[in-house]
Amino acid sequence: MASIIHPVNPSEPRPGRFGVYGGRYVPETLVAALDELEHAYEEAKADATFQAELAGLLKDYAGRPTPLTFCKRLTEQLGGAKIYLKREDLLHTGAHKINNALGQGLLAKRMGKKRVIAETGAGQHGVATATVCALLGLECVVYMGDVDMERQELNVLRMRLLGAEVRGVSSGSKTLKDAISEAMRDWVTNVRTTYYLLGSALGAHPYPTMVRDFQRVIGKELKQQILEKEDRLPTAIVACVGGGSNAIGAFYEFIADRQVRLIGVEAGGRGTALGEHAARFQGGAPGVLQGTYSYVLQDEDGQIALTHSVSAGLDYASIGPEHAALHDSGRAEYVSCDDATALDAVVKLARTEGILPALESAHAVAEAIRLAPTWAPSDILVVNLSGRGDKDMGILARELKL
Amino acid sequence: MPIRFDRKPGLVVYLTAGDPSLDATREIALAAIDAGADVIELGVPFSDPLADGPIIQRAMERALAHGPGRGGTTLKDVLALAREIRAARPAAGLVIFSYLNPVLRYGLRKFADDAAAAGVDGVLATDLIVEEAADYLAEMDRVGLAPIFLAAPTSPDARLEAIAKVSKGFVYAISRVGVTGKQQSVAADAAALVARIRRYTRLPVAVGFGISNAEHVAQVAEFADAAVVGSAIVELIERSTPEEAPGAVSRFIKGLRLRDAALAP
Repeated sequence: MASIIHPVNPSEPRPGRFGVYGGRYVPETLVAALDELEHAYEEAKADATFQAELAGLLKDYAGRPTPLTFCKRLTEQLGGAKIYLKREDLLHTGAHKINNALGQGLLAKRMGKKRVIAETGAGQHGVATATVCALLGLECVVYMGDVDMERQELNVLRMRLLGAEVRGVSSGSKTLKDAISEAMRDWVTNVRTTYYLLGSALGAHPYPTMVRDFQRVIGKELKQQILEKEDRLPTAIVACVGGGSNAIGAFYEFIADRQVRLIGVEAGGRGTALGEHAARFQGGAPGVLQGTYSYVLQDEDGQIALTHSVSAGLDYASIGPEHAALHDSGRAEYVSCDDATALDAVVKLARTEGILPALESAHAVAEAIRLAPTWAPSDILVVNLSGRGDKDMGILARELKL
Repeated sequence: MPIRFDRKPGLVVYLTAGDPSLDATREIALAAIDAGADVIELGVPFSDPLADGPIIQRAMERALAHGPGRGGTTLKDVLALAREIRAARPAAGLVIFSYLNPVLRYGLRKFADDAAAAGVDGVLATDLIVEEAADYLAEMDRVGLAPIFLAAPTSPDARLEAIAKVSKGFVYAISRVGVTGKQQSVAADAAALVARIRRYTRLPVAVGFGISNAEHVAQVAEFADAAVVGSAIVELIERSTPEEAPGAVSRFIKGLRLRDAALAP
């Protein structure tokens, strides 16, 4: 296991550390910008006007609160725990990504930045960022791996229609990791004028904390809704984990409720060998990638491994540092689900409930389908349905021979 | 050997180790030292070099695409290469330039031991900032390696002071915001940054990022102690055969100190 690099003054833990994970591992040029962002975010967080504006947009523009839907037919068919879905798929632009994009977009505007850059994997964060930039009148450039541009073409077209420039990235694995590197190169070059709107709970401090805070609304609503419907907390919350923003958003309000199991589902891809999956907790080791210290899929020389998942949004070699801490402490459990099982879950949910999940979210649905029959009818499973599957129709048509 | 810049201006030459092969890098490094390089920076190839522009990205891809083992050039290979260069040229400065992850994976303590044993003088970790570096600094200190840090035009004075306080060997001033790569002229940022750094240290200051010809080196010489030349040489190696590369790099480096020749019409 790799050694850990501690901060200069370990007696004063820096914000942005989750246990030993997190931190800020970036070229020096970016540090001042991260400091500026951290201060601006802290001010905005404490500013009632900012919070009211964000709450208004989340309600009237994005469509919050999202429903908590009971899956009656699915529950009956599986014959065990009651299954609920937190319907982030019903948000404007089709996924939870809009929660964070609105928050950071308002922050960018507040900081006086006119140009916004973002990375995207599945394209949902890119679409959310392009949407918010259109809404707020900001210039928008989105970096996207060539492989992801091909498999999520519909989202590329949506971003362009919304006025964003989509820049393909042809280096490395041509997926999310490479899009982040390219976005960071842009930021380091244009740091004085540009806001980097990072889409997951990843990267250097303050991003993992800030993105989590903007996604916390999922868990806050969920808690209130389940108490209203069931008058108790759920047995477990299940969410897919790429970088981990929808999962940390769903989990965070329940961390202190020790009786609630928190289950993250990583992409098991098409095999267990390095390069065939994106399950960081099964084969990864602590390391530094793209600004943060967390679990990283890597070879014995510290080179970052290629990854594979049928879902572009889970296809990433590292994981948000707060998940690494939740994993090591045992507070959250992490399992993986392979491509084929996720595809089966898409069909199952579509045909029993009339809901088409995103391939990413289908990994969480699959885990719920696996667990529910083994649990008692008094148990409650809540799946965070982070996005809808319209964007995946090309892949689904091919894989399922529709 | 301590890092010294006896000639004015000093020259630091960056090479991506293993591009196009470890043997070629050794021959190029020796030729560079003989042509007047004061310090050789051996870049450890990394799969995700987010601080580097396209020229060094391509060099790292080449270095990782071959060599012993599945993944190409490793940190262990680079330390072995450093040992060979040290044996052949005892007086040259030798710095390992790496992203943090290969060093962490190797083991920080083992890396410090092995780098010192190989005769390396200093280490620069591209994505390690002073606030996160306590263990790293303790290890560098334990084995007598110089920790070299980047200072950027965007770094406020308080950060420059912190960087100066923990740096040894030299301070690496980034000439402009952005990634590594060639540029037309040395940014005005650079002189102001070097002046700010000098308030906090008497260490030599080397200026890098985009220094690609004799004119740039002459400009840097007016306000700094040394110029770092990286992408221009890496690109020259890319365009040369392995056999031609040492000679081509040697001629290029000799030309870098010929200010009058560069400024002649």
